[in-house]
Amino acid sequence: MSFDYDQYIRGGKLPHIWCPGCTYGIVFKSLLRAVDSLKIPKDDVALVSGIGCASRLPGYVDFNTLHTTHGRALPFATGLKMARPDKKVMVVSGDGDATAIGGNHFIHACRRNIDITVLVFNNFIYGMTGGQYSPTTPSGHLATTMPYGNIDPSFNIPDLAKGAGASWVGRGTAYHAAALDKLIVEAIQHKGLSVLEIINACPTTHGRRNKFKSPTDMLLWMKDTALPVTAFDKLPPEKTAGKFPTGVLFKREAPEYCETYYGLVERLKSPKEGRA
Amino acid sequence: MSRYEIRFSGSGGQGLILAGVIFAEAATIYDRKNAVQSQSYGPEARGGASKSEVILSDKTIDFPKATAIDLQLSLTQEACTKYYKDVKESGTLLVDEDFVTDVPQGNFKVIRLPIIRTASEEIGKAFVANIVALGAITAITQQVSIDSVEKAVLSRVPKGTEDLNKKALMAGYNLAKARMS
Amino acid sequence: MGKLKLLQGNEACAEGALYAGCTFFAGYPITPSTEVAEFMARSLPKIGGAFLQMEDEIAAMAAIIGGSLAGAKSLTATSGPGFSLKQENIGFAALTEVPCVVVNVMRGGPSTGVPTGPGQSDIMQCKWGTHGDHPVICLTPAYVQEIFSETVRAFNLAEKYRTPVIIAFDEIVGHMREKIEIPDKGVLPVEDRPKPACKPSEYLPYDDSKGDVPPMANFFEGYRYHVTGLNHGPDGFPVNASPRIHTDELRLMRKVEANRKEIIRYEDYMTDDAEVVVFAYGVSGRSGKTAVEAARADGIKAGLFRPLTIWPFPEEEVASIASRVKGIVVPELSLGQIIFEVDRCAKGRCRVEGIYRVDGDPITPSQILAKIKEVK
Repeated sequence: MSFDYDQYIRGGKLPHIWCPGCTYGIVFKSLLRAVDSLKIPKDDVALVSGIGCASRLPGYVDFNTLHTTHGRALPFATGLKMARPDKKVMVVSGDGDATAIGGNHFIHACRRNIDITVLVFNNFIYGMTGGQYSPTTPSGHLATTMPYGNIDPSFNIPDLAKGAGASWVGRGTAYHAAALDKLIVEAIQHKGLSVLEIINACPTTHGRRNKFKSPTDMLLWMKDTALPVTAFDKLPPEKTAGKFPTGVLFKREAPEYCETYYGLVERLKSPKEGRA
Repeated sequence: MSRYEIRFSGSGGQGLILAGVIFAEAATIYDRKNAVQSQSYGPEARGGASKSEVILSDKTIDFPKATAIDLQLSLTQEACTKYYKDVKESGTLLVDEDFVTDVPQGNFKVIRLPIIRTASEEIGKAFVANIVALGAITAITQQVSIDSVEKAVLSRVPKGTEDLNKKALMAGYNLAKARMS
Repeated sequence: MGKLKLLQGNEACAEGALYAGCTFFAGYPITPSTEVAEFMARSLPKIGGAFLQMEDEIAAMAAIIGGSLAGAKSLTATSGPGFSLKQENIGFAALTEVPCVVVNVMRGGPSTGVPTGPGQSDIMQCKWGTHGDHPVICLTPAYVQEIFSETVRAFNLAEKYRTPVIIAFDEIVGHMREKIEIPDKGVLPVEDRPKPACKPSEYLPYDDSKGDVPPMANFFEGYRYHVTGLNHGPDGFPVNASPRIHTDELRLMRKVEANRKEIIRYEDYMTDDAEVVVFAYGVSGRSGKTAVEAARADGIKAGLFRPLTIWPFPEEEVASIASRVKGIVVPELSLGQIIFEVDRCAKGRCRVEGIYRVDGDPITPSQILAKIKEVK
């Protein structure tokens, strides 16, 4: 039986704004399948985004949706979650939104380990504004603001998240959609801040300028360069050059921020331990 | 009572802002008068010249800063030199006799008291100098009752230091009384 | 009889917020507003509310909008540079119509300026700080008791009109202590946002057909809807190049403009027969009052107009004063900002003279008295 996407898509809000060949539609569907498998009531989900192509996603979904300012999705989401810790709060962000203008919010949300699921759609470029280089644009790639090839070193988003204290870190790709479903499910189920980097393709502003002849080429690049982390870890460095690991890259047990905060609230209710 | 202006001055960390707050609390909450307490301070939490002002009046107090001071306390030379010019004619300049040696001249009365020495030697804790000063100011200004000041002190100081602070307050009060009689 | 306390202006602000039902605070440490955050950090966990110290001022503003959308009355407090950083998200709250209260304890500026000294030079920023056209309500209390009651009013206005409300007072007023009475619950009115009565399936979050302030559903209460900082239609979804953008922005402005009578408050002191009126707010208003009393004692017919609401600007009131006095004196802790508004409303009907000071000390009553004598 085919999956009924319409139960989650807001009537009359499609078609989406994404270009032909953009992989965001694949991830969008994966996200809906994942949420559906967890049977979370739609009323209990808030989907928050910042600015950029990925940030338009919440508008299409029948949840409580919040499309905020550039880079700021996480602090808005933190506000929602702190006010309603019983609800499921998720963030959809892009590489520029999450790690450039929102970089400070990103690392501090990781540090707090607040129970928010962060999906970072990494397409290696600022797509909506027309192809400027982002903190994840590979070295040497052409961008409208790197017309002679990118000289900026780039972020590794899972490493950044792990270093900042996120308690669940993973990476998937738009090509490996079935595996992505499972990763999104696990990211949502994790109690604490989870960061899932999702490798995406922007044929219009990135691929076209960087020797990808077609959107298909970009998907094939994902297929060829992604390695499940279990396999990746067994290979010697010379065999993993140019490849990236996918799957659950890191997880740890850590106190969740709202639980800690509202635990304090409970303790203050008892006059013995409460301090003025 | 018309407007009466008091300035507590010294060095950051001497507790003079707290002394001003306690005095204002004694005046407002316990003596039911009108008072405004304000302060001006720099970026330093310790050191520098700091001041705290309390204005008392039986009317509403609008302009909140001291401009014609009835009584100024100065615990350091730096604060005394920097701020004494606002003491009004016939006002009083109360200085620590050990730490303010170059006392400025003017048409005001000068009272020299060993405030810090009393705190460190008689009470045994230099950090209660602000409370000793508060006692002295209560005696000199006669604007607020010593009972009210004592209540305000006890409501503001850390638990376990009540006796110490009470002793400091009375030491300052008696020191000034003795000097004035 | 309520509870008597000796409180700082900043503390009274926090007390006022709690009285109004605030259960959410997010902030970032900055002088001279930090005592508001410190008070909320002590108080909110005890009543089950949320306190967050965020990574920066931008995040704090974002977090309170999130908190408010989830149903909590929300507050942030800041000063100078922090107020600049909050501007983008203040605009977001204005366009998305999310109630919240932003306190700006004004210090000297520009840049880092004088963090521990008073200023009134953010007053135009309160009105024009964020980009684009947007409604602004900004309150300017001058006494500690007033900070308490105006903070309660700020929450009421924010909730009633679904808009961010700014409270702007200077460092002197924020840090000074005065006796205040905290009234018992129920003495001051407390308002809550208008809630939808319709079924969730019929809910249009930005429907302008039944009034200028559409009812607001909180997130997670069954009314799933979309909130976006893009200009949007009645259903909350983006619209582009549509006449709706124009009419909707007019509606946002009208929420405030059409309710000036309710929103504008001021102290009018002896202006009836005055030949010279001092127009001043905050600590300058306090100096102005003392100066006016001194002038009256000297036989000069002086008065004081002290706005408690600076935005929307009390245009009619200033115009009326201008038509019957020789001059208006405008003392402000800036190099001349609000005087332009006074001048705009006076329209040449009387002299308008400023007194400006930015050295960290307040304008004294004697400075103002001298100017009153000059203008009379």
